[in-house]
Amino acid sequence: MSLLPFFQWCYQTAIGEAIRDSTWLFPLIEAFHLLGLGLTVGTVLIVDLRLLGLGLVKQPLAQLSSDAQPWLLGGLTLMFASGIPLFLSEAEKCYYSFPFWVKMTSLALVLLFTFTVRRRVTRTGLPPGRPPLGRLTALISLGLWFGVAWGGRWIGFS
Amino acid sequence: MGKSLLAFFEQLADSPWSVDLHESQYAYSIIESIHVWTMAVFFGSVVMFDLRLLGWTMRGVPVSEVIRRLQPLTIAAFVIMVITGTLLFFAIPLRSYQNIFFRSKMLLLLLAGLNVWFFHSRVYPRVATSNVDGAPPSRARVAGALSLALWVGIIFSGRMIAYNWFDCDRQPQSALINFLTSCDPTEAGR
Repeated sequence: MSLLPFFQWCYQTAIGEAIRDSTWLFPLIEAFHLLGLGLTVGTVLIVDLRLLGLGLVKQPLAQLSSDAQPWLLGGLTLMFASGIPLFLSEAEKCYYSFPFWVKMTSLALVLLFTFTVRRRVTRTGLPPGRPPLGRLTALISLGLWFGVAWGGRWIGFS
Repeated sequence: MGKSLLAFFEQLADSPWSVDLHESQYAYSIIESIHVWTMAVFFGSVVMFDLRLLGWTMRGVPVSEVIRRLQPLTIAAFVIMVITGTLLFFAIPLRSYQNIFFRSKMLLLLLAGLNVWFFHSRVYPRVATSNVDGAPPSRARVAGALSLALWVGIIFSGRMIAYNWFDCDRQPQSALINFLTSCDPTEAGR
């Protein structure tokens, strides 16, 4: 079964059409998407750096992660709220775009990872003498987020 | 001064390096990607710091600690952004120089720089001594809010540079736009 009909339906939605018909709507929404990207990366980095033994190393991991959590959710909300309309406006192009699929796969994996394994590691804290677990968690998180950012940027070049 | 700058960037645009970069298949895209990715890291760390100044996150972490631990990352990201940004400008110098969004971005960058200077020389010395737990003094909050607003403006301007709505070769434009972009509507492409 092909997803193409679904992508075509997305492309034809009123929102998608309105964005295509406007000269400034796409860039404007894209700018909000970039803000969301920055906010998300900032909140992810604070915690992942801590897991790597860098950044705010004096703070308890669980505290830092719960401080960052609402802003991470805010950043993700902004990314979705802006990303979905952008997608609707060029859904057909996305269907044939390799970077788009890299981005969606990485996104699904990183969200799953963040709200299961990473959440558990940051909440329970790292057992003493087992920093490799923290480092591995941070590297997987950062690697997957880079997949999202790589795909996101290269959709525009294809 | 305006004329000589224009002539300088025109000459720069004709230099082989600039042309090569402009016409390259991958180099320009890669530099632009690094610029955007680094922006996310830079803006991310600035946002976290500004939110701390506003007292909206990490209230238990002293401001001095946030600065000490995050600043190396922020500075490194900023340096990479300046290098990649300069290269991007170098690839398309004349058009960028006359681009209204490029100009507003440079102006906002200048203001953001002044805000950093003001914060470090006037606000921070006070915050550093009274920064444990709770909301920072109102000066610090103003600096944080100002920084956030300026960087948001810089990102918006930066994104819009790519669009040619107000380019010199798209006449007629209003007299104000032609003034702000130093365009000469009687000369095509200027």
